[in-house]
Amino acid sequence: MMRRWTTFVPFAVFAVLVAFFGWRLVLITRGDAPNLIPSVMIDKPAPGFDLPPLVLDRPGAASDALSGKVTLINFFSSWCIPCRAEHPLLVDMMNRDGVKGRLRLVGIDYKDKPEDGRGWLARLGDPYDALGMDRDGRVGIDFGVYGVPESYLIDRQGRIRYKQVGPFTPEDIQEKLLPLLAELSK
Amino acid sequence: MKVAGLIFAVVLAVMSGPVAWAVQPDEVLKDPALEARARALGRDLRCLVCQNQSIDDSDADLARDLRLLLRQRLLAGDSDDQARQYLVDRYGDYVLLRPPFKATTLVLWLGPGGLLLGGIWAAVVFYRRRAASAAPQTALSEAEQVRVKRLLSNDREG
Repeated sequence: MMRRWTTFVPFAVFAVLVAFFGWRLVLITRGDAPNLIPSVMIDKPAPGFDLPPLVLDRPGAASDALSGKVTLINFFSSWCIPCRAEHPLLVDMMNRDGVKGRLRLVGIDYKDKPEDGRGWLARLGDPYDALGMDRDGRVGIDFGVYGVPESYLIDRQGRIRYKQVGPFTPEDIQEKLLPLLAELSK
Repeated sequence: MKVAGLIFAVVLAVMSGPVAWAVQPDEVLKDPALEARARALGRDLRCLVCQNQSIDDSDADLARDLRLLLRQRLLAGDSDDQARQYLVDRYGDYVLLRPPFKATTLVLWLGPGGLLLGGIWAAVVFYRRRAASAAPQTALSEAEQVRVKRLLSNDREG
């Protein structure tokens, strides 16, 4: 008896499923985590903000002062444990040759008591060019922050080009952030 | 029996009520109509930290911030759609517990129905074909009937 084409339908469906799951597995081994929520803010202009200074004799953080240089906006908080792991990496990064000249690091102390934020900087070092306080988390919402730490890389035209959810690892800085910084400062 | 009745009453009370409102008294708006709109909106907005609770159900800090923000938008005169869009602009469609119907969600919305229809179609084809292959049977010939009789009588004897 001649086999009908419908005999092969289940095999075709199976092959499609295998291909799909295989493709997802490959992406996940390359670091695409299925639980990460894609940001809608990528390639959009950074939202406007004007935050009071965390450290009294220094300016706060404002979106007006962002043009001309690539900027990394880092949302952190003294009560945030992953931020504690990330902070020395930011200090180290800003001390590297050529980074300070090309990158402006803006810290936003997210939903924190100012004295705690200042204590954090005194203990762990202060790599930031500007520091603002976002006490009610409203600027965080404008950026689409849903947990600290989160960081946004903003190009010289003021558009968001990269979002880091969670703390930077040394690999993230080396393989994602610094190459992107080099590309954007050309 | 009294204890069983009491347990039953407690279980019923827990299960029938609106489950675990996280909305705090200090968040509630004075205008009941606005508050009702805020509740209706909040039920369908995802708490991004807990991911499968609405902002009205969640005790997370961010959920509270979003509830307050939502109420501020409504007080400022936003329509329901504008208030919802305000959050979608910042957090994406992910903030909506009911995904919108659009090109990227076609499979999500139409997939289950499509699978059901495909299954029905496959079943119809399968049973039709089986019926068709069973149909051309004719009655037994005389020789076959004699043989059946002989076999049956053998069976009875042996």
